[in-house]
Amino acid sequence: MLDFVGLGLFDEKDISLKGLEKIHNADKVYVEFYTSILMGTDLEKMEELYQKKITVLSREDVEQHAEEWIADAKDMNVVFLTGGDTMVSTTHVDLRLRALDMGIETFLVHGASIASAICGLSGLQNYRFGKAATVPHPYVTSRGSRVISETPYDTIKMNMENGLHTAVFLDIDKDKGYMTVNEALEILLEVEEKRGEGVMADRISVGIARAGSPSPVVKADYAQALKSFDFGEPLHILIIPASLHFVEAEALVKLAGAPDEILEDMD
Amino acid sequence: MGRRKKMVERVTALMSNPEMIRNIAIIAHIDHGKTTLSDNLLAGAGMISKELAGRQLFMDSDEEEQERGITIDSANVSMVHEYEDEEYLINLIDTPGHVDFGGDVTRAMRAVDGAVVVIDAVEGTMPQTETVLRQALKEHVRPVLFINKVDRLINELQVDAQEMQIRLGKLIDHVNKLIKGMNEERYNEGWRVDAAEGTVAFGSALYNWAISVPMMQKTGVSFDEVFNYCRAEDMKSLGEKCPLHEAVNDMVIRFLPSPIDAQEDRVGVIWHGDLETGIGKQMADADAKGDLAFMVTDISMDPHAGEVSTGRLFSGSLSRGMEVFVSGASKKNRIQQVGVFMGPERLEVDEIPAGNIAAVTGLRDAIVGSTVTSLEGMSPFESIKHASEPVVTVAVEAKHMKDLPKLVEVLRQVAKEDPTLKITLDEETGEHLMAGMGELHLEVIAHRIERDKGVEITTTPPLVVYRETITGVAGPVEGKSPNRHNRFYVVVEPLEPEVRELIREGEISMRMPELERREKLMAAGVGKDEAKKIADIFESNVYYDMTKGIQHLNETMELVLEGFVEVMKAGPLSKEPCMGVKVKLMDAKLHEDAVHRGPAQVIPASRQAIQAAMLMADDTLFEPYQKVFIQTPQEQMGGATKEIQGRRGVIIDMTSEGDTTIIESKAPVSELFGFAGDIRSATEGRAMWSTEFAGFEPLPTNMITEVVTGIRERKGLKKDLPQAQDFMSM
Repeated sequence: MLDFVGLGLFDEKDISLKGLEKIHNADKVYVEFYTSILMGTDLEKMEELYQKKITVLSREDVEQHAEEWIADAKDMNVVFLTGGDTMVSTTHVDLRLRALDMGIETFLVHGASIASAICGLSGLQNYRFGKAATVPHPYVTSRGSRVISETPYDTIKMNMENGLHTAVFLDIDKDKGYMTVNEALEILLEVEEKRGEGVMADRISVGIARAGSPSPVVKADYAQALKSFDFGEPLHILIIPASLHFVEAEALVKLAGAPDEILEDMD
Repeated sequence: MGRRKKMVERVTALMSNPEMIRNIAIIAHIDHGKTTLSDNLLAGAGMISKELAGRQLFMDSDEEEQERGITIDSANVSMVHEYEDEEYLINLIDTPGHVDFGGDVTRAMRAVDGAVVVIDAVEGTMPQTETVLRQALKEHVRPVLFINKVDRLINELQVDAQEMQIRLGKLIDHVNKLIKGMNEERYNEGWRVDAAEGTVAFGSALYNWAISVPMMQKTGVSFDEVFNYCRAEDMKSLGEKCPLHEAVNDMVIRFLPSPIDAQEDRVGVIWHGDLETGIGKQMADADAKGDLAFMVTDISMDPHAGEVSTGRLFSGSLSRGMEVFVSGASKKNRIQQVGVFMGPERLEVDEIPAGNIAAVTGLRDAIVGSTVTSLEGMSPFESIKHASEPVVTVAVEAKHMKDLPKLVEVLRQVAKEDPTLKITLDEETGEHLMAGMGELHLEVIAHRIERDKGVEITTTPPLVVYRETITGVAGPVEGKSPNRHNRFYVVVEPLEPEVRELIREGEISMRMPELERREKLMAAGVGKDEAKKIADIFESNVYYDMTKGIQHLNETMELVLEGFVEVMKAGPLSKEPCMGVKVKLMDAKLHEDAVHRGPAQVIPASRQAIQAAMLMADDTLFEPYQKVFIQTPQEQMGGATKEIQGRRGVIIDMTSEGDTTIIESKAPVSELFGFAGDIRSATEGRAMWSTEFAGFEPLPTNMITEVVTGIRERKGLKKDLPQAQDFMSM
């Protein structure tokens, strides 16, 4: 049996009772921190609370050598832990498919996801979100050219044309670190400068830091200004809203300190 | 040193007048007398005493050079010569003739506008004469001819005056045939050498005399008189009547172009920016007031001043304290000293204007070939192409462990000084590998590390650097990213010889405008479909993107090409560099979200597809060959040919001149290690020999497994021959 357990947003206490039960009944417990990470805890605290030894899997272990540890689930209870909800990270469905091919039964225990948390924290309405995007760290090739992905810009533009908000996930890289809202806006504005299609110019943007923690930060402002706002520690996430419903506008002003003038546009 | 100081004053006065400058190089086959000629030119100009010239080898400033009697590095010197009552400044570069140091010649050609081609009257044009002449013409450097050792014709071969004229005539005809063959357009524009016109001089550099048609008119000395002086072995008198430096320098000033005349034409050849822009025009005019455009052609270490960058100043003026951009570097560099070379010495001046060869310090980020400019974003000069490739490698270790950090720094320095040298760190073994153009090249560098840089080292015996290439076609082969969300499909096949030739000749590069490149490819027989889809050229390998309209591929392409370059640097069979591989990307499936197709995903997928495909396309090894030219007395000929034949070599041609036999042959580099000692004992030390890079040829089939296993073992790879499946993820 292979159980996928979502740990929720911030620390070891965000796990559900059902998830905890799965861990207690497990023969082996694995966790991966490369798609998401619980900033409010560490392995030691988790092991102490869950009363189980937990093995951390690297990206390579998950992507290239998955068969090696999934195989144990044929006759043992194996639990695979992730931050957030268990299947939100695109790559994990692959593990479930591999397990099925090996004749292993799987079960999902859901956790709170950033995808829904951002609606709550910002007041933007869940059904108005379009396709999500991720801003990766720029990459410098061995020949010295700097590659910036323009895909997030394209996604925001496409959503906007359909009146949809865009949740912009930020890269977690083991060498380059956690991308901040500030860096992501910098990159998007750089693409704006190059493309000049008006997607990011004077655009109200919403930055969120440390969702699920005792002190989350939510701040809305025009992209140019928000770029220099201090959000503090990671993890960060960014939302680029399309046109606002008047309740959304009110929420952004009251919950996220957006400039009052965005209400005037509602009239 | 009063004379010297005065010379400096005259040099600096002339520097700012480009009409009165000639930037020239002396080029020749080894031992045809370049350095002796340079020395006597200097002596004639009053730079060194006449007695010392010809013996001192003043231009050979390196102890090693004087010891071995050959020139290893290019040396620079400036001198003043009076022609028709006006003073001219001649900036001269002496270049090495030994092929192991051929890289220096290539670089020197970028700095000069004209060349004195030196030929031994008895031996005639030799292979390296052709090589260096070709390099000169490719860079649009105009040649004049000096036929040296004319006295040998008379005193050794005993030819009469008439026979001598016929022989010289034939030599000149042959040189013209070469020029015409190498650059017909220039030849037709008057770049042939012609005795009657005055672009040919002949004489003896050693005995310090030379004559040309204009010189005969000037001095009244006739051809017959020259013959008689030589016959009577009274060349001292001849030297007084027809001094070498006068004949040669007169010819240089009259026929070789000034920077003003030369740059207009050369800028279009060595720079692919817009000639109509400000900097393009400034370079064509050698405008001293324009933006700075300086190309570094040599870097050497000065024990006091540090790295000295020498090069050609095409536009603007260099002065101390200038802040400049160096191509490839992100931060500006600050120029410290500015100077000119006088033999081994560098003399500081306040300012050097466009058109000169300058030596500066402070360019920390410069490497040979760098473009240095005051204009942000200036498109850089065309990179310098080297005719030879590194084919021999040794591993270097510090004798004492404590010297390791110093060795790392010293290796960085020697690589900077000599761009034909490749230094790599073997990650597996922690060894530093030094690859060069031949055994001698590496010996000299190793010696220099110990002597000049003071680090005691041990080196392994030399190893051959092979090339991997494919002989068949394979694909489409799929490469999957580790997260399995991205897939690439490639076809590999041997690159067409015509396209390889274009790359080798520097006719196509990724830097040139797309349309120009496409036209050249199509002229070489490449279909239009492919010609416009070329995505990268790495060494002699090409990547084509044959896909159409795949979303997100554009921003992923750089990563795909990283994978390509990685394989071309180290092929799948034995991690040796690849050559002549053509990769075509036929299709790709990409994840929508950028974070799922980053470097960690795309590079391995691209790499593994090519690796697997190459193994399916009969990946094999080619080995480097060298041409070996041996001159030996008749009696020793048998011993010499045996040395070649015992080394898997072939004799290509054999000619005799008097009692000397000239053998032209070819042998694999792997068999030529230790040749110097063996040929010496086989011929009682009476053979003279030289080598030239002769390209790569297939390794004999019966040797492949043994060689590949040997390389794999040495590199710490799995000993078994790799299979395509090893590179395909399930």
